[in-house]
Order: sequence, then structure tokens, then C-alpha cells
Amino acid sequence: MRVGIAGVGWFGFQPEIVDYSFREMVFKAAQRAYEDAGGLDPRRDADAFISCQEDFWEGISIADEFAPDQLGGAMKPVYTVAGDGLQCVGQASMMIKSGLFDVVVVESHGKPSDIATLNDVMFTATDPISVRPLGLENVHAVAALEARSYMSKYGVSEDHLDAVVEKAHEAGLRNPRAVYASLDRKRSSTPVVADPLREADIARFVDAAVVVVLASERVIRDYTDAPVWVDGAWWSTEISTLELHDWSFPVHAREAADGAYAQAKIADPAKEVGFAEVDNRYSFKELQHIEALRLAPKGAAKDLLADGAFCPGGRLPVNLSGGALAEGVPLEVHGLARLSYAVGVMRGEIKAEVDRADVAVVHSWRGVPTTTSAVTVLRL
Amino acid sequence: MTGRNLNFKHRVAAVGAGLTLFRSRMLETPQELAWLAAKQALDEAGLTLKDIDCVVIGSAPDAFDGVHMKGEYLAEGAGGIHKPTVRVYVGGATGVFVPIAAWWHVASGLCRRVLAVAEEKMSHAARPHAQYVFRYIWDPIVEKPLNPNLIWIFAMEMHRYMHKCGVKKEDVALVSVKNKRNACGHPSAQLCMPNITVDDVLKSEVLVWPVQLLDISPTSDGAAAVVLASEEEARRITDTPVWIKGIGWTLDTTHWTNRDLAYPEYVRRAAEMAYRMAGIDNPRKQIDVAEPYDPFDYKELHHMEGLGLAKKCEAPVLTREGVTQRDGDLPINPSGGLLGVGNPIAAAGLMKVAEIFWQVRGEAGERQVKKPVYTGLAQAWGDLMQAGTVVVMGI
Repeated sequence: MRVGIAGVGWFGFQPEIVDYSFREMVFKAAQRAYEDAGGLDPRRDADAFISCQEDFWEGISIADEFAPDQLGGAMKPVYTVAGDGLQCVGQASMMIKSGLFDVVVVESHGKPSDIATLNDVMFTATDPISVRPLGLENVHAVAALEARSYMSKYGVSEDHLDAVVEKAHEAGLRNPRAVYASLDRKRSSTPVVADPLREADIARFVDAAVVVVLASERVIRDYTDAPVWVDGAWWSTEISTLELHDWSFPVHAREAADGAYAQAKIADPAKEVGFAEVDNRYSFKELQHIEALRLAPKGAAKDLLADGAFCPGGRLPVNLSGGALAEGVPLEVHGLARLSYAVGVMRGEIKAEVDRADVAVVHSWRGVPTTTSAVTVLRL
Repeated sequence: MTGRNLNFKHRVAAVGAGLTLFRSRMLETPQELAWLAAKQALDEAGLTLKDIDCVVIGSAPDAFDGVHMKGEYLAEGAGGIHKPTVRVYVGGATGVFVPIAAWWHVASGLCRRVLAVAEEKMSHAARPHAQYVFRYIWDPIVEKPLNPNLIWIFAMEMHRYMHKCGVKKEDVALVSVKNKRNACGHPSAQLCMPNITVDDVLKSEVLVWPVQLLDISPTSDGAAAVVLASEEEARRITDTPVWIKGIGWTLDTTHWTNRDLAYPEYVRRAAEMAYRMAGIDNPRKQIDVAEPYDPFDYKELHHMEGLGLAKKCEAPVLTREGVTQRDGDLPINPSGGLLGVGNPIAAAGLMKVAEIFWQVRGEAGERQVKKPVYTGLAQAWGDLMQAGTVVVMGI
């Protein structure tokens, strides 16, 4: 059973949304997604709903209690995945492939502007016994260690990071929801946060909600004439023990990608994929993830990027949206943000410089200190 | 679920289950608890971690274990590293939801063998009591300022049920007596009370009237695990697979104040979904043994009615007549349930699924019910009196 995207809706992508609660943000995004899916009625047409969120981000324990109403899911099958939005897409895909469900709605929302102690919240995701006593005052230091390890192993210089940041901001200028895109933001002129990472290497947070409607091949034409097929959806967790994970290469992204490519029957991603939206919440992560997704050999992404291969109009454009560096990180929404942009490009609703918009790969990572990635392969 | 298509490509079976001790203040870390249960389930199935394709984790609030992104943290203990691992969540109903999510991992054809693990460690969550965590489960604007606590709202529900059905405290206490006595046959049990009487329950400390100390399950630490496999794999692994015949769940509106507190409509709908899939049209006759969620004694009665195992207001009558005893016509919570075995939230729900697995296989030891078991049911409940999850299993 093939699974496709019947509708996408988003709301927000603003640094601080003050006039809508998270439930109102989801309601808005859901309304737009249902409209996009040909006026789908969630009370009648949707079989199940999934919310992707985490308690501590919400500031509410058992935050899944607050999932159903704004989606139109009350008194229907609704549940929460404590993970990135792309993991929800993977779950929805499995549910539909099982044959039990035809239409599954996926939601994720993030309102980091409500969180007064973001660093502390992120730090409580570390092991309470082995890491937390270190009292990291800046969790970006964990990413900085990864950056150093990757850069020294594969000969990546700070000039290469400059190029990633510049590309993200240039691409972001064409993306109306990329609030942080700015050509004035030169990496070298921003202060060092945790060496080698400067302020411009680190994506800022943003408030957003995205809703995606997935449907089986059997019913999808009831909702859209232009389905985008989810031909692969996989995820992987490398290890829980931060100190034992591979510091120089995101093994989780490689494992997730290999699973998704196998489902989509893609043997040579660098040739078969038309464009990619990958996680670049840290500049060096874009290079790492390009390699993990087999869009470039290990250590070669920096040179190919310098040659323009991954720029808009290049051989295999990566992050036409500008990615998280330009749009911001909306917590667990990040994967759906990448996905919704890719869907817009594939449908031709977003004018982008890309030769082949028929096959896209979308990736998200859950940020430090996690080692979980999710990858989705989309086809027209 | 519209039920338009009930022809699945892959049947799914349980082939092994594991359970740790349920205790307050266990010394093991959450990861260690998860692994103890996972290892036991793998051993029972004769598998190792290498044989597992995917892992599904269930755990209730992160605040209990005190770890943000608890699924990431638990992945290692649950055997989920270098594998697709996902944590699913429907509050207290999570335990029975874990095998539901594991079911579609297998039924989709994308995973052949799945490890479903649930863990909870409540004892070190907050001082002086884990109940403190429940201060933060409310609507931050309209409810939190009132500083409600979970026992208050369940007291309202208990009161409403007793009033509407004309049930006395003595009738409700019979459930607690039955379950705490049943627990004496359970190797993991936290609250085995072989000589408990209705009088003991009625004389126990009042928490929030009409809820008294012995009406309620304890806070616990523990973990449970189940291995699910596709039909082909299951037949290779064991001669006695237990098939997942039906799954169902429902989440009602967040606004609990507008709910009919006397009858859990969301459980009825969840059960309907599972029954339709399992081809059950008369649950009272077709279910041989059930493990409905019993964090409070009145909830067992409430849930029996929601599940269609008793008519509305009939559950106390069946209980009084002994129908729900381990040797009765419809054994309910022969394990001892949450009231007897303990209540490490998500692990307690998955424990119920493990119990039905062992009952159907005839491997429940002292808890084995007298009548032959062909079909059993496990159910959990959670969130703001809002979530119902149901699994029907059988040969």
C-alpha cells in the first residue's frame, strides 16, 4: 500500500508568537492542511491523529492530553510520539500500510519563546548520573565537540562553515517564512559561542506548527489531484550514552537514510535524488548530513558545496529553504518544516532553482544531546 | 478508524513477555529496569537483541524519571540502539498502547520482530510524593491556578459513578479485596494482602472522599516488555504464538469537566474498534479473561462496563456474585492488577498485556484462571480521564 501526502498546513515561523496559544497555532495549521487536502473533514474523514511533542518543551506533564481538540480528533484515535515530526510521518506511514487506516493526520508544534530556561531543559536530556553532574552551562558545547571532531577528521575549515552559513542565508531570502535569513549575517563577524561554533553557526529557535495529512493510495485522490508519495520513512537512534556516540559522524542519520532508501528502492542517492532538505541547526551539521545521506562521499561535502553543487540551481540543491539556519528550529516541528517546504517545491507552489523536483529526501535530527535522526523519501 | 479495510497483510503475534519486580524505590536505574524486562521477554522468545528489527518504548511523564526526552534516554536499556526506536505516549493508557504501536510496526510489513518495552520509575520523581508531578498536568491558565490533584478528580468520578449506579462503598471495596488477594500469586507483586477484608478498606485513611488509601494502587518502579512478530517469524519462534486479534484506542476531549463521569464512553469506543477487528460481537461471552485498568477499585467496575463485559451499573453485581473471581465465569484481573501488583504507570499497562499472553498460553502459574482461555483482553486508561486503549489477544 503506497502512502501519500494529501495536504500540508503551517502556521507561525515567527520568533515569538504572543497572540496565539500553542493550541490555536495547531488549529490554524490544521485548518490550512485540511483545506489543502480538498476540504477534508477531520471528524468524518480522518481515521487517526498523531501529535509529535515532548513534555518538557510544553511545560506540561502528560502534554498529550492537549492533543485532540484543535485537530478535530476528540473521541477518535489520537496519540503522541515523543519525537521529531518525521517520526510521526513514519508512524503514520506504517499505520496506513498495515491496512487498518486510510487517512492519518500528523501534527507538531513548538513554542520555544515560552521557555524561560531552554538551556536547562536541553541539559536535562543528558544522563542524570554520568553527564548531568558536569553542569554544562551551554549545551552547544556538546555540538562544538562534535564539530571539532568532524572538522579535524575530514579537513573541514572555518571557511567551509562560512560558505554553509552564506548559502543558507542566500537561499532563505527567497523563503518567505525564513525570518532569520539575512545577507548581513556574516559568520566571521559574530562572536564565538563554543569554539569553533560562532553565533551564526547555530540556528535560533522559532515558534511554529505544521500539520500534514497522509492518506493511502486507495483514497488519496478523494483529497488531492497531486499527491506527493512517501516512498520511504525510517529513523534510527545511535546510542543513549552521549560519551560513547560517534563524535565525528552522525551514524544515526546514515542508518535512517539507508532504511528510507531501501524502502524507496534508491540505490544511488547522489544520482537519483533531485534535491534535499536536511538538518542544519549547526552549520557543520549540513555537511555531515549531506554525507550521512550519501549525497556526497564522507569528507567531500565541503568541496562540493564550495563548487556550488548543493546551491540553488546546483547539481543537487540542499536546503532550498535555507534550512534551520534561516527558518529557525521550531523544536519537534523541525522535520515537518523541512518536509512541508519540500512538498511545496515538488508541487511547484514554491518557485525554486531545481532541475529535478520529482524525488526529494528530507532529514531531521533531534538536536543535542540526542543521537536520533529521521529520514523521509518523497516522490511525485 | 473507518473500518473500511480489515484485511491485513500480516497477522501479528506475541511470542515472549517479561516483567520486573514492581516496588517502591528500586535501586536499578530506569535504563536497567527496562533492560531487565526486555531481556526476560527476549529469553522467553529464545531471541537476542540482534534478532530485533524495531523497538517501541512506552513511558508516562518525563517528570517521573526526571529526564527530558525520556525515550532517547531509555533507548539503550530497551535495546533500541542502532535501531528505529520510537516512544509513544497516551498518559496512563500508554502501557497497552505500546503493543498497539508495535502491532503496526509488524503489520505494515516493515519490521518482522519488534520489542515493546514500558518503564516507569516514580519513587524518585518528586518530594514528598510522586503525586507532585501531577500538579503540572492541567491547563496552565484555567485549571493550574486551582492547584488540583489527580485524586480529587478521580474522587469526583467515583462519587458520580456510585451515585448514578446506586453503588455502596462496600461493593467497590470488594474489587480491592479481590485484587490484593489475587496478587499473592504474583512473583512481581508489591501489595499482596492475603487476609484483607472489606472492613480494612473501609477503615483505611481517607485521602479524598470517597477515595481511601486501600481503594487506590501504590506508586511503583518497574518495567515490562513483550516481543511481537509477524506470522512467519512467530511460527518459527514458538509453537504457541498468541495472536493480537484486535487493537483499539480513543482520546476524548481535553475538557474533562464536560464529560459523563459515570460512564467511560472513550473506553467503549476503543473497545468497539478492537472488537470489530477481532470479530467479537458479544464480549461478555467471547472474552474468557480480562485485565481492565484498576488504579482505583471503582475503575475496574467502570471499565468492565465501558468494555461491554457488564451492562451499565452491572459490574458491582457481578463482583458481589463472585463472577469476576479467578475461578469465576468471567475472571477480572486474576493477576492482582494495579491494586495488587503495583502501578508503575506505563509498565503496569504492559504488565496487563503480558498477563493475558501468559493466561492464553496457560503459563500464568498460580494466577492461571480455572476456565479455559481462548481469548483475553487488556485495557488501560489515562490522561485527564480521557484515554482508553484496548488489546484483544487469543489463540
